[in-house]
Amino acid sequence: MAETFFLPQASLDALFAALAKDGRRILAPTDRDGRTELNPVASFQEVAADYIQTILSAKEAAFPKVERLMTFTLGAKAVDLKDAEPHAEPTVLFGVRPCEASGFGALDAVFNWDTRDRFFNARMEALAIIGVGCTKKDDACFCTSVGGGPGSTRGSDILLTPVEGGFLAEVLTPKGRAMVALAPGAFQPDPGLEKKVVEVPVAFDQPGLTRRLKDRFEDGIWMEQSLRCVGCGACAYVCPTCVCFDIVEEADAKGGHRLRTWDSCGGPMFTLHASGHNPRETQAQRWRQRVYHKFSYYPERYDMLGCVGCGKCTRACPVDMNLQEHLAEAAQA
Amino acid sequence: MDLREKARQLLESGEVKAVIGYEKGTMGARRPVFVKKAERADRLVLDGDCAQNLATYLTRPEIRKLGRVAITAGPDALRAILQLMAERQIEEENLLALAGDGTVELASAQAIEEHLALAPKELPARDRELLERLGKMDRAERWAFWQKELSRCVKCYACRNSCPMCYCGHCTMDCNRPQWVPVASHALGNLEYHMVRAMHLAGRCVECGDCGRACPVGIPIHLLTFNCEESVHQQFGQRAGASSRLDYALSTFRPDDKESFIR
Ligand code: SF4
Ligand code: SF4
Ligand code: SF4
Ligand code: SF4
Repeated sequence: MAETFFLPQASLDALFAALAKDGRRILAPTDRDGRTELNPVASFQEVAADYIQTILSAKEAAFPKVERLMTFTLGAKAVDLKDAEPHAEPTVLFGVRPCEASGFGALDAVFNWDTRDRFFNARMEALAIIGVGCTKKDDACFCTSVGGGPGSTRGSDILLTPVEGGFLAEVLTPKGRAMVALAPGAFQPDPGLEKKVVEVPVAFDQPGLTRRLKDRFEDGIWMEQSLRCVGCGACAYVCPTCVCFDIVEEADAKGGHRLRTWDSCGGPMFTLHASGHNPRETQAQRWRQRVYHKFSYYPERYDMLGCVGCGKCTRACPVDMNLQEHLAEAAQA
Repeated sequence: MDLREKARQLLESGEVKAVIGYEKGTMGARRPVFVKKAERADRLVLDGDCAQNLATYLTRPEIRKLGRVAITAGPDALRAILQLMAERQIEEENLLALAGDGTVELASAQAIEEHLALAPKELPARDRELLERLGKMDRAERWAFWQKELSRCVKCYACRNSCPMCYCGHCTMDCNRPQWVPVASHALGNLEYHMVRAMHLAGRCVECGDCGRACPVGIPIHLLTFNCEESVHQQFGQRAGASSRLDYALSTFRPDDKESFIR
């Protein structure tokens, strides 16, 4: 059961100071040059005052865009291999939205599918999430169509909901309780505040969509929908649940590193075989893969969706491939 | 006659297989639409909010397969079309450009050239100002500016994929046997990617600004290619997109070149 408190606005700096004193980095949405992005902050004043979401997602905290996996040096007779150690700085994600907080679940499903990925897990263990519920939305949001909601507690260790004079704080996990213990004075007893968040109407029937996809693989709809997609990776790179990566090596004559970097199933190289054959030769097939991965294969394999309805892909897409709209169309009989 | 009516006519008569234009998108934005049936022509809109350079679609296999197409084209798209013709990427007979309010038919390279001659290229005020600011910086300051900007690049390639002049089926960035440019989005990988891209667009960039508009993290990446375009213009007197018959400055030479090393 979640314990609820009142967290006055004036106490936030005390909370931030306590977290910093405990050696934790705080990442929060900031407004820099007119862009809302996650940055390290020292005080609550630095947090963006008004935002719907950050452009990039919070996944970077657990799945950075580049991660070193190993280092090798070429000796005279042998190659010396060295595992890289995960760089897992104790971090608090402050002010991410409930959709993004729950997005870590979809990453976890892949990184702990059979092998437990030690880099991802080390970072997750060092990560605590203070989500903030939404009092605003835009046309790209569709969390309620994929099982989430603007006040959903899933994925947050503490969920804050803005109320008069501060926040209603729902403390949800041991990590959340540990943060409260660091700044006990900041949290006051809940005087029975009402949790009010923005309304996000359900846009399409998701279980219906997932059923419908079963026999829509060969449908012409994917070609029609994807005609304007330019096959860049913007949607995947901003997505909190997209988990595809590439493994590359950077080396010189003496040695080098093996790196893991973000990748996207939207590009033609993604499935290109060494033989020259490409099973996903057209953009239509790649767009279909994006939809199926999130709405058919994820539910089949992990019993969850690979999309949290944050709408970041829609906002980032240079040609306005509005995902919600395409899903609603695909869900129709 | 308006654009919708024109599109209907063209599709009904079978003169074109599709009309590439804009429709209303999310939050009032404009986005590309491909109208293949006359009865769908009323989706088309054409107004000041239609910014994207639709010429980027003309080299795509899916679009080429359709046959002859009409495309609503402002000056930037028309320049891109001429440059693509100069680079032998599209053929006159496969294309009908709809200029002005969308009813001015330009069916040949010559017609496009004549139409464009009426409207000299002007950069948006914001780009002009930023370019001036960059021009006034010394090397170290400019270096710092781009280092800071590029540090946010996630290597999504939205800039490359949106660009009408980035049509290569196999891009240097994607080469892995051998790999020329680091794949990873770190300081070196980002710098090399953008240097290579800027060099590949020197004298070919039609200054539409689409690469910058496409960037999800808001890097004014188009200014790099604008700057290279301007250098080629100053050095060789050429402008990308001015003619469908252009001997590209960086891939040709003249026996009477003033530089002696070339002989
Ligand atoms: S697919 Fe789009 S809406 Fe879904 S989680 Fe990813 S970015 Fe958000
Ligand atoms: S961001 Fe848009 S254009 Fe780019 S791959 Fe995704 S859907 Fe296609
Ligand atoms: S480089 Fe940028 S500005 Fe130049 S043609 Fe390509 S998209 Fe347009
Ligand atoms: S669009 Fe922006 S983030 Fe993406 S590769 Fe280009 S500069 Fe980098």
